Amino acid sequence: MPKVIYVSAKGHAREVEVPVGSTVMAAALKNGIDGIIAECGGVCMCSTCHVFVDENFFNRLPPAQDTEEAVLEIAAEERQPTSRLSCQIKVTDDLDGLIVRLPQRQR
Amino acid sequence: MGPGTVIVGTGQAGFQTAASLRSEGYEEPITLIGEEPHIPYQRPPLSKGFPLGQQDFESIQLRPGRFYQDHHIDLLAGKRVTAIDRHERQVRLESGARIPYERLVLAVGARNRKLAVDSGDLDDVLYLRSLEEAMAVKERLQSAQDIVVIGGGFIGLEIAAVACTLGKSVTVLEALPRLMSRAVAPIISDFFRELHASRGVKIICDASVSEISGSRSKVQKVVLRGGTAFPADLVMVGVGIVPNVELAQEAGLSVANGIAVNEYLETDDEDIFAIGDCAEHPCVFAGGRVRLESVQNAADQAQRVATTIAGRRSCYCALPWFWTDQFDIKLQMAGISQGHERIVTRGDAESRKLSVFYFKQDRLVAIDSINRPLDHMIGRKLIAGGVPLTPEQAADETVDLRKLEHAVAQQRSEPASH
Repeated sequence: MPKVIYVSAKGHAREVEVPVGSTVMAAALKNGIDGIIAECGGVCMCSTCHVFVDENFFNRLPPAQDTEEAVLEIAAEERQPTSRLSCQIKVTDDLDGLIVRLPQRQR
Repeated sequence: MGPGTVIVGTGQAGFQTAASLRSEGYEEPITLIGEEPHIPYQRPPLSKGFPLGQQDFESIQLRPGRFYQDHHIDLLAGKRVTAIDRHERQVRLESGARIPYERLVLAVGARNRKLAVDSGDLDDVLYLRSLEEAMAVKERLQSAQDIVVIGGGFIGLEIAAVACTLGKSVTVLEALPRLMSRAVAPIISDFFRELHASRGVKIICDASVSEISGSRSKVQKVVLRGGTAFPADLVMVGVGIVPNVELAQEAGLSVANGIAVNEYLETDDEDIFAIGDCAEHPCVFAGGRVRLESVQNAADQAQRVATTIAGRRSCYCALPWFWTDQFDIKLQMAGISQGHERIVTRGDAESRKLSVFYFKQDRLVAIDSINRPLDHMIGRKLIAGGVPLTPEQAADETVDLRKLEHAVAQQRSEPASH
């Protein structure tokens, strides 16, 4: 099973096994990762599952759709070049070892 | 350690209050009590991905079961609170048990408004709000063929789209002259009417239901005043909800169109708060008191109450926003459009990219967007920040809303000149 590494704003890393097809957001909730709120449940209406994707992985992700791009505009912590919504990142075998950093705040 | 905070209601508002209290550093006991026998879950998918089989119960849980243990939240699911004893500062459960509180949060939600028309003991006249109801709807949708949906609001139209997607014959009966008329402008109603019609859903407006009939407990038809009858083997009712105010009322708290709270979400008793679907609160964006039924309202009010209980009393003033998913179209709504005097648009229905800007006294109060997500998101900032925007600018595609918003935000963050 692919692994995803969540790095908290304070720098603590946690590695989680994620079934292929699950989202980075859903896996975070399931594994008790603090720092992902996911208020809207993954439908691109809020920005509370915002993550910064590690540069080595960013280009391997399918590009963000317009709805996701728009949501990143309202992120509580300002978006950066590798910002994504974790509800839109589906885990694949190719993404094994994916590193995402969590912002200081989501609201 | 004192008795801490008791939260009544395990919907989005109740759950978020408990979760936010812990993330705000609150260390007192938290008791989360709800009538539903399940751990807290999201309601929006119940009329969307859940009946379609795209999401199951596990995937709509707000958090997995161990979240509550890990965060020392005492979750009492399947328990009904029957009374609040303000003098003793306790809530009473149906079992007779009493639970003391220091602070009490009423996140008691709402219940389905029942049809005025009596459907007797007919099976297959279903409502949709809880997981149980959604499971029944999902199951009946498998075998039913002719589905009549009573109510052309968000829930009715979402479930109509689901039923149609599942290959059913679907008729929507709306009492008012157009769809979702309390929430959106005619141009948006028309767009969704077209959308549903293009997929084969029959939409009848100005339809006043006089009778639901059948035999041997099987529903057979829905009859309108005037006599027109629609065959049905499943009737879905979505005619709104009624706030659960009784608990507060019986405890002597003020109630209007919901449990009445001030800008701090406090009831008449400053140790008792009410939030979410059940609470009527002052809203600067509505220009008066409102009761809102939305995830945003539930979650943001919960966060605010948690902040207050954790020791930083603060006013609730978040911008309302909403969404609905019907077929492949998402309608995004920012602000409160009721009472608007003028609308202007960007894009058009033909291109399926459309935003409607609502103005009240030349002030932007709301934006509804279809496939123009940036208008919606920037719109939230424009409305929340009171950024000046004229109807002419709103209608002019060459005016970049993002730049406008950035410019004003920057100007405001600069220190005032001496």
